[in-house]
Amino acid sequence: MAEAAGRPVRRLDAVILTAPAVLLMAVFLLGPLVCVVALSFTDYQLGAPSISLTGLANYAEMAEDETVRISIANTLIYVGIVVPVSVALGLGAALLIEADNTLRDFYRAAYFLPVMATLIAMAIVWGFMLDPRIGGVNFALKAMGLKPQDFLHDRKLVLFTLCGIGIWQSVGFNMVLFMAGLTAIPSELYEAAAIDGARDGGARFRLVTWPLLAPVTLFTVVITAIRAFQVFDTVQVLTDGGPNKASEVLLHTIYAEAFGYFRVGYAAALVVVFLVFILALSAIRVFVLGRKRQLT
Amino acid sequence: MTGRRPALPLRLLRHLLLLAGAVVMLAPFFLMVATSFKPKEEIFAAEFHLLPQRWGGTENYITALTQVPLLHFLLNGVVVTAAIFLLQVLVNVPAAYALAKLRFRGKATLFGAVLVCLLIPYQAIALPIYILFYQFGLLNTYASLVLPFTISVFGIFLMRQFFLGVPDDLIDAARIDGISEYGIVWSVMAPTAVPALVAFGIFSVVAHWNDYFWPLIAVGDQSLYTPPLGIAFLKLNGEGTAYGPLMAAATIVIAPLVLAFLVAQRRFVEGITFSGLKG
Repeated sequence: MAEAAGRPVRRLDAVILTAPAVLLMAVFLLGPLVCVVALSFTDYQLGAPSISLTGLANYAEMAEDETVRISIANTLIYVGIVVPVSVALGLGAALLIEADNTLRDFYRAAYFLPVMATLIAMAIVWGFMLDPRIGGVNFALKAMGLKPQDFLHDRKLVLFTLCGIGIWQSVGFNMVLFMAGLTAIPSELYEAAAIDGARDGGARFRLVTWPLLAPVTLFTVVITAIRAFQVFDTVQVLTDGGPNKASEVLLHTIYAEAFGYFRVGYAAALVVVFLVFILALSAIRVFVLGRKRQLT
Repeated sequence: MTGRRPALPLRLLRHLLLLAGAVVMLAPFFLMVATSFKPKEEIFAAEFHLLPQRWGGTENYITALTQVPLLHFLLNGVVVTAAIFLLQVLVNVPAAYALAKLRFRGKATLFGAVLVCLLIPYQAIALPIYILFYQFGLLNTYASLVLPFTISVFGIFLMRQFFLGVPDDLIDAARIDGISEYGIVWSVMAPTAVPALVAFGIFSVVAHWNDYFWPLIAVGDQSLYTPPLGIAFLKLNGEGTAYGPLMAAATIVIAPLVLAFLVAQRRFVEGITFSGLKG
């Protein structure tokens, strides 16, 4: 740490260099963070002349709110499906693509394209593909002799449909994280494992790849979970939380409370719940990073 | 991975699985472009063709560009993402240099604050920032789209990591030449950090070109719409079933980033992988 301590400089220099960042951090990050927690204990409504402290009233109301209960449950289901499936598929894609040279660049580009493309535009494309009458997905189902489905208006299907779009969008992201992890594994380890009798791919994966990839996997799981908790675009443009709240998710409920009903205090309390989920996941990440640092 | 090529059946299996996946990954892009070329009757026809049987592209693209001012939205997107990135560099690179190479009072506190801020998802603080802009009459302005993102703790973190690896001799030499600390940032540090700046630039541009949540909240005036707002408006408020023009508009909105990605694949993957650090 002695080097990291750096050269002593005149106070003025340090102020000039850091002042803009410090000021903006206070105004646009730390200040709002404190504010949102404070607002959650008030009855503030946008445009209302007065504001008063209401203690835990918002939280008490939340506990009784059926929409919030559905919204949190849906969000957890969404995260619970998108994370394992997209992490497993991302790992599978990374392993398969790196296993040989032919078409490697093409596959990588194909799987990564959904990560890059504007999600809101692609959500609209999915909306068209899932149209019950003229969508490509239903034409494909009919061609296979299956019954066409109204994926976005069927209460039983809608959340899983959104999960599908979420998975489609996250696989490539997880894939590149795993690829970064795979290239970091030294090839001598595979040779050593081969000498020790690990002849087939399965044994090599079990003995070398997986133990070294496990920390990357945990890391990827946490990041994907945080991203999945932030699901909003697809819901807002395709279902608006419906039908009958079947696809209502946390960020969408917050958006509706704050900007549909202007109930800022109540929305702030929901934001605090959202934050608790995200920070709990971040805590896992910090713990994993801390452990990784000890290992290296 | 193993240095030895897998056996032929395994290689074929690899292609079989990966091709099946690639079809799913690319199908929306393919159908989007193909539909944008189809005339209306064909889109609503009872039988399905992958490729357009008759050309309807001209009409779809003209409708997409004239029904809403799509080109104006694209220009807004360019202006907003460029302004965000330029200000991010101006604000965050000097701070990153100070945190990496200088000793000053409050340094540990500042770095601690950066680490705490890294954990904050921006959707969680959008509400207070909205109220702040509401109070100052800043909603519905370009400033409201740009200002909240001028601070990037992720940028500070990333650039600091990079600067830690720059040898101190370079800085000492510049000091002997009488260059100020602020001058050192731009004339010595920034030029060495071009790869990191490019990666951060790609991350920043992709994130803000595609962002929907904040512009949706901050802006109501159509003249300020960014491309994501524009296409959502076309879907929700236009004729929701005019799929030809809608797919044409989607193609136009995603084209700039997708083309840039195809040209500079590796750099894009690198830039977005960085965002893994951020989540």
